[in-house]
Amino acid sequence: MSQGLVSAAYLVAAVLFIMSLAGLSNQETAQRGCYSGILGMIIALVVTILSPSVQGLAFIIIAMLIGAFIGMRLAQKVEMTQMPELVAILHSFVGLAAVFVGYNSFIDPPHTNNAMHNIHLIEVYLGVFIGAVTFTGSVVAYAKLSGKFNSRALMLPHRHKLNLLALLVCAYLLVSYVTQSGSLILLIIMTLIAFAFGFHLVASIGGADMPVVVSMLNSYSGWAAASAGFMLSNDLLIVTGALVGSSGAILSYIMCKAMNRSFVSVIMGGFGTATMSDSDEIAGNTISTSASEVADMLNGASRVIIAPGYGMAVAQAQYPVNELTQRLRGSGIDVRFGIHPVAGRLPGHMNVLLAEAKVPYDIVLELDEINDDFKNTDVVLVIGANDTVNPCAKEPGSPIAGMPVLEVWDAKNVIVFKRGMAAGYAGLQNPLFYKDNTHMLFGDAKDSVNEILKFL
Amino acid sequence: MLISVPKERQVGETRVAATPKTVTQLIKLGFTFQIEQDAGLLASFRDEDFILAGATIVKTPIEAFNADIIFKVNAPLDGSNNSLDEIALLNENSSLVSFVWPAQNESLMALLSKKNINVMAMDCVPRMSRSQSLDALSSMANIGGYRAVIEAAHQFGRFFTGQITAAGKVPPAKVLIIGAGVAGLAAIGAAGSLGAIVRAFDTRLEVKEQIQSMGGEFLELSFTQDTDSSDGYAKVMSKAFIDAEMALFAEQAKDVDIIITTALIPGKPAPKLITKAMVDSMKAGSVIVDLAAANGGNCEYCQAGKLITTANGVRVIGYTDLPGRLPVQASQLYSTNLVNLIKLLSPLKDGEISIDFKDEVIRGVTVIKKGEITWPAPPIKVSAEPQKPTVVQEVSLPEEKTMSPFIKGLLITAGLTSYALMAAYTPAEFLSHFTVFVLTCIIGYYVVWNVSHSLHTPLMSVTNAISGIIVVGALLQVSSDSLVVTIFAIIATLIATINIVGGFYVTQRMLKMFRK
Repeated sequence: MSQGLVSAAYLVAAVLFIMSLAGLSNQETAQRGCYSGILGMIIALVVTILSPSVQGLAFIIIAMLIGAFIGMRLAQKVEMTQMPELVAILHSFVGLAAVFVGYNSFIDPPHTNNAMHNIHLIEVYLGVFIGAVTFTGSVVAYAKLSGKFNSRALMLPHRHKLNLLALLVCAYLLVSYVTQSGSLILLIIMTLIAFAFGFHLVASIGGADMPVVVSMLNSYSGWAAASAGFMLSNDLLIVTGALVGSSGAILSYIMCKAMNRSFVSVIMGGFGTATMSDSDEIAGNTISTSASEVADMLNGASRVIIAPGYGMAVAQAQYPVNELTQRLRGSGIDVRFGIHPVAGRLPGHMNVLLAEAKVPYDIVLELDEINDDFKNTDVVLVIGANDTVNPCAKEPGSPIAGMPVLEVWDAKNVIVFKRGMAAGYAGLQNPLFYKDNTHMLFGDAKDSVNEILKFL
Repeated sequence: MLISVPKERQVGETRVAATPKTVTQLIKLGFTFQIEQDAGLLASFRDEDFILAGATIVKTPIEAFNADIIFKVNAPLDGSNNSLDEIALLNENSSLVSFVWPAQNESLMALLSKKNINVMAMDCVPRMSRSQSLDALSSMANIGGYRAVIEAAHQFGRFFTGQITAAGKVPPAKVLIIGAGVAGLAAIGAAGSLGAIVRAFDTRLEVKEQIQSMGGEFLELSFTQDTDSSDGYAKVMSKAFIDAEMALFAEQAKDVDIIITTALIPGKPAPKLITKAMVDSMKAGSVIVDLAAANGGNCEYCQAGKLITTANGVRVIGYTDLPGRLPVQASQLYSTNLVNLIKLLSPLKDGEISIDFKDEVIRGVTVIKKGEITWPAPPIKVSAEPQKPTVVQEVSLPEEKTMSPFIKGLLITAGLTSYALMAAYTPAEFLSHFTVFVLTCIIGYYVVWNVSHSLHTPLMSVTNAISGIIVVGALLQVSSDSLVVTIFAIIATLIATINIVGGFYVTQRMLKMFRK
């Protein structure tokens, strides 16, 4: 296949990728978006394999078949509740691949003139750096999300200074690496520092900010691909990498805004510092209730809102919740879902779970859409959510102050499904549980919902 | 401790301070309970029902007042006008809970403070969200508002609802409700559900939404004045405002069939809003219900406790016992308010009460503590609605740092300069790649900016799959002369493929689940 044809095909692939992202920003076109992504990828791969500069077809095909098999298995096996972990670990693969590609490009550089040579060195250096940070960062994110690693923020003394030091050392190494016209030792030292930097960066971010971190790592993996494109002078890589990189960054920014959190401080591991100390006792009593009482309350209600959280995911309660929804809707009760932007451990986590259980998506509403409606609601079911319904956010001085929350307490009755009185991810007490119109239904969310279904 | 409910001896009182349901609740909280014979009769609660709930019945008022805590609806009588002197019957060191109205009843307060007792006035509950469950004024106002509509309907010689029948067309009644507090809102709801056209007016603009939510039409003045109230009640308005308001009422009076007034400012005589002239301009058969009758009335014709008919055939109702006209409900709600007060006073649920002045609600309710007058309580700013926006602002202010135009300009200049420098010193080949890079970043921004929130996860997993494009880089390196490079490239190909296939597959799985 001629080089011209290859370039033309690359352009088609790039356009397909853009269409893919555009398609995914809307429910109706999402499916089509995914297909155009797949099509773009197939075109890009076939063209590359057939292009004149690639040999060793047998090895490639074997490697790709193995990779495809593993990927297929991972994606088939994964529970929807484990989505965040899967996405995180997949990011680490891109990071690692970027490191390999960078080293390869260093060992076997393209034949260029002097000016281009220096630029190429810098490109390799940056590509390896970003790839390495993405790799360890994603591995830590995976470990935290899957519970293999304590999800609390790691608090080293002078952690900001450590980060800064790592960056400065890397910058210094870059200068001496370029002046030496490329040195493998320095590149390896830098890689090790970058590994440690990525590890520390994500380890020092608290669990509540994981959705932002995952999306940020997504962005990094894009930049890693883009830098690989620069070192190989491959426009398709640049385009795709930049596309992924910028969209990931925007997504993280949108999420930070939803949490009223400063983007920079999340990335630097700012959140989760002051929270742990502040767990003042709240005076008052909680009112516990039983499944049959909740069923009575639901039977007498005309408007119900369900506010799910991570607890619903953990208990795998989405199917019984859907059944509950169907039953209530069947008897003419208006049931809707209020989803907080950071409910769960991944943006949109709740939507995915509810969709899995076939809850119609037009009754699943966002925070802004539903927050004013709590006033006119008879019963709110808070299923495994805590920080996202914490009235503390309305009080200045609280660690989550200013974060928009679902104002469930405005409803006539609030039922909180909870295992026990443990604090939420932010380590905060929740005054909601002590309010007069709040009833606690203790126990596993799935069992509780099933119990309620019996009484309906 | 022993809680006792004596029979209400005030003339015309039908309510009682306990019901069998609240007796059960009080006993659960660790208290013992007694009630005077036939105390609940007028509210249809029989002695047998109280006994079933666990209460003891006592025969005489002397026994009924011999307890640690006395629950009453009205303040105890002082023995004047041949009534029983209930104050004399109160035990030393006991606690009395009832309506007291300390501002209007100075002599009563003096008499009560002579006994070494605690007095909690249910009319002094501060208005805050925490104390809503014991706000007896709201409970009673709610009933009063409803009953006002029923009384009006009873006197009104027509349907409320409009009908078109074979015998002709019946126009719907037009109801004007002045003051949209709890009573006003209840009246709006009741009148609306009978089918009337309901208009409502209140000096507080903040209640507009509440009126509309009850199905009423909010009458607005073309006039601006700061009418926010920090304590949840309306306040006295300026002269110009009142003139505009009166003009509105005069105009409405000619049009509407029924006026229900609920305007009260705490501690002040009720404002005169409906003048004689306005009433005279109304149609014959119209009805006015004045819920402020006890405090002098909003209508100039109003006489407390009476129904009068004016010369032009307008009926003005000044009943002051509207809640008592629904005694079952009124007793139930009031006695539940009392239970909630006891819950607050007895946090340990051990049948003992402690009057803790650190609690703002208890501080407000307690008007006499151990014979010492503690009324009025220091003011607390409570109304949540008008304060909310300011609180939110305080919190969000530090977040919204807008960049000063100077720094913005500086950044733009710096960016342009470094770009120019780079363009001058780097080869054209790099620059063309860089152009592609920058343009794509911008495309990425616009493509993703409007993503629907529910699609964040699929979007992320698809971008994740796409970032596996790095495999192209690895593929191009496989055919290298160096063995190390080839091996690295093959490993990179393998793991990047995991990413591509896994990412796309899982996206597909997710998207299949979304359905309408």
